[in-house]
Formats: sequence, structure tokens, C-alpha cells
Amino acid sequence: MPGVPLQHVLVVALVLFGLGLYTVLTRRNAIGILMGIELLLNAANVNYVAFARYSGSTDGQIFAIFVIMLAAAEAAVGLAIVLGIYRNVESIDVTATHSLRH
Amino acid sequence: MLSTAGAEPTGNGPPLPTPTVSMKEGSDALSVAVALFYAIAAFTVLCAAGVAFSTSIVYSAFALLGTLFGVAALYVCLAADFVAGAQFLIYIGGVLVLILFAVMLTHRIADVAVSNRSVGRLPALLIVGGTMAVMLRAILRAAWPVVDALPDLPTTHAIGNGFLGPYVLPFELASFVLLAVLVGAIVVSRKELRS
Repeated sequence: MPGVPLQHVLVVALVLFGLGLYTVLTRRNAIGILMGIELLLNAANVNYVAFARYSGSTDGQIFAIFVIMLAAAEAAVGLAIVLGIYRNVESIDVTATHSLRH
Repeated sequence: MLSTAGAEPTGNGPPLPTPTVSMKEGSDALSVAVALFYAIAAFTVLCAAGVAFSTSIVYSAFALLGTLFGVAALYVCLAADFVAGAQFLIYIGGVLVLILFAVMLTHRIADVAVSNRSVGRLPALLIVGGTMAVMLRAILRAAWPVVDALPDLPTTHAIGNGFLGPYVLPFELASFVLLAVLVGAIVVSRKELRS
């Protein structure tokens, strides 16, 4: 993308990161928190791909593919845990799952 | 972009007239590509705002669909064709469908109390604003090493060589991680049978 400065791409990723962080901080719904984590990972991936594009190497894209793979793994395990919690507690509110605290 | 790339191999003729014509066509295509990039970026950010600020978890899930589409389009703009394909296949086809399944399985649609806030709007906005300010300062201050005028080449070959060359150990570990995740997700989410 020769017409767009690298900083503009980084700012787009930064806004995505901020919105993802806001989602993670404010949601009490466990699935909402997982969606926020997906936003954070996507923001990091945009940065990886942008750096790969503007430095002329494909190493950043390889890292982006690793991040996508780990995000899929995280979503599968996270949602399995959320479903397990829902079966036991009848809620996916993360403040309701404090039975390990006592 | 295609016209300039195509003009390079046929460089036997007089070199001066052809570059001016292809530069003009190239700059037209370039401005369209730049406008498209900003439009896609705006769409992505709007959808991400929908994820962050929507009160319904179902709306958030569908806004996440738009965000993932927009990020895939950004990858295409950044000449990362293989990563864009992986984003479509894995994120939109896999992760988002998983999230939608989980939403439908756990969420009582009429239940509004699920979208209660945990931290509160103001502290969250303060944390996010502080983080973004620090990172924005870093983005604007740092001297990024940028290589200009790179051609948009297909990247699949280089990525495949990277996976089987310098990155072969993480590649094989990734297969192990995926196997562990497969088994773990099944074990965690199955129903226990007590005989």
C-alpha cells in the first residue's frame, strides 16, 4: 500500500485495540469478553501484516497466521469452558463463578 | 498497479514515454486503492465500535462478523493474500460460528441483565484512553523503517518456505497444540456419563 503511510495503518489497529480493551473491561458476559479478546488479537494481526508489508518480508505474515491459529484454539477451549460453566451455574456472568475463591 | 508491473518486463523499447503513461494510470489506480483502504478502515472501526458498545450480545456477535470481514479486506489491501484467506476460513468460518453457537446455547435472548458492566464506563474509558494515548505517542514518535515501492507479489510461496524452513519448530508445535486443544475441548464440553 504505497499511498498510505504506515502510521495510518497502525492507528487503525490502535483504535481496534482500544475498542477490544474496552469490551474486555466492561463486559460481564463471558462470551462478550471472548469477543473483545478476538478484537485485540485482530488488532495485533493488522500490525503484524502492516509491518510485513512495509518492510518487504513475509515473517510478519507467518506470525499473523500463528496468531490466527492460537485464536482459534483459544476460542474453542474458552467456549467449551463457558458452556461447562453455564451447565453448572446456569449463568455466563463472570462474577457468578467465584466458587473457587472460598 | 498492474500496468506498472506489466510494463517492467517489456523494457526493450524506448524507456522514456512508457513510464509516464503507466505512471499516470498507476496513480489513478493508486488513489482509488487509497480511498478504498480508508473506507474499509472506517467500516472496520465502526463494526468494532458496534462490538464494544452494543448492549445485546447477539448484535455484538454480528458486528464482530463485520469487523472480521473488514480486517480480512485490510489484509488484502496490505497485499497479504494468504493471511486474508486464512482469516476468512478460520475466523469467519470457524471462530465466529463457534461464538454464535455459544451465544445461542447460553444466552436467554430476553435477558437484559447479562449486559451489566463489570468495571463501569468511566474507569474503563480512562484506562483505554491512557493506553491509547501512550501507544499513539509511540506510533507518532518512532522512526519506522519503511521500504518504499514494493511490488504486490503473491506471498503463499514465501509463507510456505518460511513454515518449512526457519519456522518449522513452531509449525510442528502448532500441530501439537491443535491436537491438545481438540482433545481438551471435547473433554471439557462433553456430558459426564455416570454408570
